[in-house]
Amino acid sequence: MTQSVTASWGWSSQADMDWSDEGIVLTTRRHGETSLIVELLTRRHGRHAGLVRGGTSRRHKAMLQPGNTLAAHWRARLEEHLGAYSFEPVKTRAAGLMSDRLCLAGLNAMCALTVVCLPEREAHERLYDAFEIVLGAMEDLTVWSALYVKWEIGLLRELGFGLDFSHCAATGVTDNLKYLSPKSGNAVSEGAAGPYKDRLFVIPAFLREDRLGGADGMEGILEGLKMTGYFIERRLLRPHGLDLPEARYRLEDLLRREAA
Amino acid sequence: MAMKTGVEIEQLIQLLAKLPGLGPRSARRAALFLIKKKDTLLRPLAEAMALAADRVVTCSSCGNVDTIDPCAICSDHRRDKSLICVVEEVGDLWALERAGALSGLYHVLGGTLSALDGVGPDDLNISGLVERAAQGEVREVVLALNATVDGQTTAHYIIDRLEGTGVAVSQLAHGVPVGGELDYLDDGTLTEAIRARRPY
Repeated sequence: MTQSVTASWGWSSQADMDWSDEGIVLTTRRHGETSLIVELLTRRHGRHAGLVRGGTSRRHKAMLQPGNTLAAHWRARLEEHLGAYSFEPVKTRAAGLMSDRLCLAGLNAMCALTVVCLPEREAHERLYDAFEIVLGAMEDLTVWSALYVKWEIGLLRELGFGLDFSHCAATGVTDNLKYLSPKSGNAVSEGAAGPYKDRLFVIPAFLREDRLGGADGMEGILEGLKMTGYFIERRLLRPHGLDLPEARYRLEDLLRREAA
Repeated sequence: MAMKTGVEIEQLIQLLAKLPGLGPRSARRAALFLIKKKDTLLRPLAEAMALAADRVVTCSSCGNVDTIDPCAICSDHRRDKSLICVVEEVGDLWALERAGALSGLYHVLGGTLSALDGVGPDDLNISGLVERAAQGEVREVVLALNATVDGQTTAHYIIDRLEGTGVAVSQLAHGVPVGGELDYLDDGTLTEAIRARRPY
């Protein structure tokens, strides 16, 4: 009752200014000599920044590396304030990812895209869960790279620009959907593609068959990245005058070299 | 009531407050201390600072700071010129020099790659490193970059860029620090330490 009254008057409730949630570290920026501004992708509060006092200390710094999952507690005097985080580590996986350049490139690309594309303080639970799944699967390149492409498709969907693989945009048929229109983001069947094949994206086998790793292997992953990269840039970033982050280009470049 | 001091003193306090570790209050204390020791500290300090401002240059070869170019390390003939240690900042170079563990030369990058902060390869002194490595005298490049995501991303990028130069690339070990207690280490560091264990 109290919460609904305060909300209708435009006031913030205590719950908005003092909460606990699980979050993945996206970025850290130095603030003064000893503190860090840490940006987390939290499950229920979305991309959310906060101050960590003493964040540059040796004890905290290892835990505040991108990719680590923390049990975070955020508190502020007013909801719109930066606020301060206190935290406990849940999964410290960054150190394990550092030795593998492909995993590191994947982590950097996901963090960069999340920071650039997602609005602040808007919950996207499915995207958070998918982020966790991709990071958790980073031991097997075939698996995580396919999951990564699916994560980017999820990013587009969460922000209202989902790709439609369910039926052909031209004929409405639901089988033999091998292409995707760069204009509408809808699938196109092989029959309807006809002379326009060269102008359409090829839907990789792992997306058509909805399984991890397909007959087209790394080539399929690269096709998928080309497709999602195009839509992320055109639909999410260009309207704000932004390009794909450098980290995303580097991931594609490294995977291309891996495939060669 | 606001304290009334001369413009010169106020300016001194404001400049001191910009130094790391000093806030407005401690800068005021430092300024007062300097003023009290005008002849023995303030004047020599001002002269030393003016001299440093005039003479300090960045080494055109390694990026270190010194009063000569090339710096004292690069022009030291006793140094092993076949070994280059890559560091992020001059402070890291000084730390390694303090340890005295390396007899080779250095290369200061001037930071790490960071897509989110807009730091790309062109903003760092990476091309200079590739040029030095390609000169033929260099046999090994040691990457002494911080064990952070940005540091290691930079390390992988440098490894890519050094491909084809024929130079061996090595990296500092990651693991348990001296005096470190296992109970207090994070899981990632422990995993890395186990992974990088060595036989006796």
